[in-house]
Amino acid sequence: MGIILKDITKCYRIGEETVAALAGVSLEIKNGEFVAIMGPSGSGKSTMMNILGCLDRPTSGSYLLEEQEVATLTDDELAKTRNKRIGFVFQNFNLLSRVSAWENVALPLVYAGIAEKERLNRAAAILESVGLASRKQHMPNELSGGQRQRVAIARALINEPSIIMADEPTGNLDSRSSVDIMRIFGDLNEQGKTIILVTHEPDIAQSAKRVITVRDGLIISDEVKEQYYV
Amino acid sequence: MFKESIAIALRALLANKLRSILTMLGIIIGVGAVISMVSIGMGVKEKVQNSIASLGSNMLIVTPGAASSQGVRSASGSSVTLSLEDAEYIKKTVQGIDYVAPSVSKQYQIIAGNQNWTTTVYGITPEYMAIKSLTVGSGSFVSQQDINSRNRVAVLGATVAESLFGEMNPTGQNVRINNTPYLVVGVLDSKGQSSMGQDQDDIVLVPLTTAQERLLGITYLNSISIQVTKMEGMDQAQEQITSLLRQRHKISGTKEDDFTVRNLTSIMAMMTETTGTITLLLGSIGAISLLVGGIGIMNIMMVSVTERTREIGIRKALGATYRDIMLQFLIESVVIGVLGGIFGIFLGILAAFAISTFGGLNTVISAVSILVPFGFSIAVGLFFGIYPARKAALLDPIEALRYE
Repeated sequence: MGIILKDITKCYRIGEETVAALAGVSLEIKNGEFVAIMGPSGSGKSTMMNILGCLDRPTSGSYLLEEQEVATLTDDELAKTRNKRIGFVFQNFNLLSRVSAWENVALPLVYAGIAEKERLNRAAAILESVGLASRKQHMPNELSGGQRQRVAIARALINEPSIIMADEPTGNLDSRSSVDIMRIFGDLNEQGKTIILVTHEPDIAQSAKRVITVRDGLIISDEVKEQYYV
Repeated sequence: MFKESIAIALRALLANKLRSILTMLGIIIGVGAVISMVSIGMGVKEKVQNSIASLGSNMLIVTPGAASSQGVRSASGSSVTLSLEDAEYIKKTVQGIDYVAPSVSKQYQIIAGNQNWTTTVYGITPEYMAIKSLTVGSGSFVSQQDINSRNRVAVLGATVAESLFGEMNPTGQNVRINNTPYLVVGVLDSKGQSSMGQDQDDIVLVPLTTAQERLLGITYLNSISIQVTKMEGMDQAQEQITSLLRQRHKISGTKEDDFTVRNLTSIMAMMTETTGTITLLLGSIGAISLLVGGIGIMNIMMVSVTERTREIGIRKALGATYRDIMLQFLIESVVIGVLGGIFGIFLGILAAFAISTFGGLNTVISAVSILVPFGFSIAVGLFFGIYPARKAALLDPIEALRYE
């Protein structure tokens, strides 16, 4: 169960040159882990995030997600996998600006083929759990950064995925909101969700139980914090 | 999913109201142009058909051919071989015909009191009334009794009646034709001008036998009009009449007919074809503007896809498949086509109405002329939406999410 990466490489062609963003990464993340992936920009951590999030396919290697090989899926199969198994939280929130918080949260359920009434009921319940029950009808631009990120988290949670992928979730937030958001991730992890956090801020990475450092497309360190040794 | 896609599409269109309306305008004008242009074409067609029908529908006209004497041929119609017996024989033997109306005609000066008028006098039988769709305004028409006893009676066309008698009712009065008095028994209702510009009311009708024997002193006919029951029977009747007359006139082998059978349906078919071409021409002018409107849709959809790249990225990250995105954008352009089509129908009907009211042109709107351009507008929306929708659906989610 969980995530198993084996010899994952990802190469891009830039003109005549082939650049390896990932140069053979093997990694195992068990269900219920709280992992931070760290590294400077250009280290390959975004590429790793994209592959882990099923937004992209590796050039070679094997990726088992919940015991299913996803490295060779078609675009539509990847879309279905993202919809069911993975919840995304982005640095710039990526909410649809023209629809309310409520409908933003319900959006993944549209693509899961769930009827409108149930969508809105479930979205309302999730929004309440992140403390935004009173902000349902607000448009994203009527919300603060912290609130927007909580809407995004609610959206990531709505289809009950086992994995939450967060790409610099606090990058656009003030420190107080950052603390709030990280506490939500901590709580979700307590409830058994696998959290994968991509960040370049060591402070944020400290909230995680395991820190993986990436450089030049390779994992250079993988530490589980002492207090979490199993 | 379909319902959601429609909701998403409508919301996107409402978010950019002005732009949506401007895009739609191309389709509105296109559909409106097709409907109004075709209505003009069909109006012309109807007018032509009516005027041909007023000559008599399903009509065959037999006229004498050119008299030929030792290889010298006179003018067409100069032959004297067509007789009343021929007409009666046709009526008896040819099947599928309603009326046979033999006639003779010649110009005469008509005198009534101190007025005179020169017009064509027709010697006719009672069937002439049915075949030419004539109606008697006052008095009666020429009767079989008049034919049998060669009565000196006359029925006047409206123009003749007015010229000779003015406001007075001529029925019961006398007119002099060729210095012989004739009793006016009736006046025809006005039929107006024919499609060829002739005054159809400028005629005087007298019994055929009277005209032949008392007026002209001839035994032959100038023409026989035959009304066929069904349009499909025209060719057959024409053939039968031709062979019948050849037989009666003892024309055998390759010798030329001494008569001509003309078929008004062929004239009608030609006119219909001509007006059909006009309609097609006008319709295609409209269709071109519809096409231009379609290109407008494509243009705006391309812009829309580029603008919403990030939205597409978000939707894809959250699990939208190729089909979902394709459907969303395709429905958006089809909705433009459908709404544009509906408004276009109103515009087209309005324009057709305005053209007939203020432009004086006859316009005809039919269900087909509305539904075809409407269907076309949906097809245009669909066709020109495919490329932008495909472009959107093929976007790489990572690239799309990174798009600023």
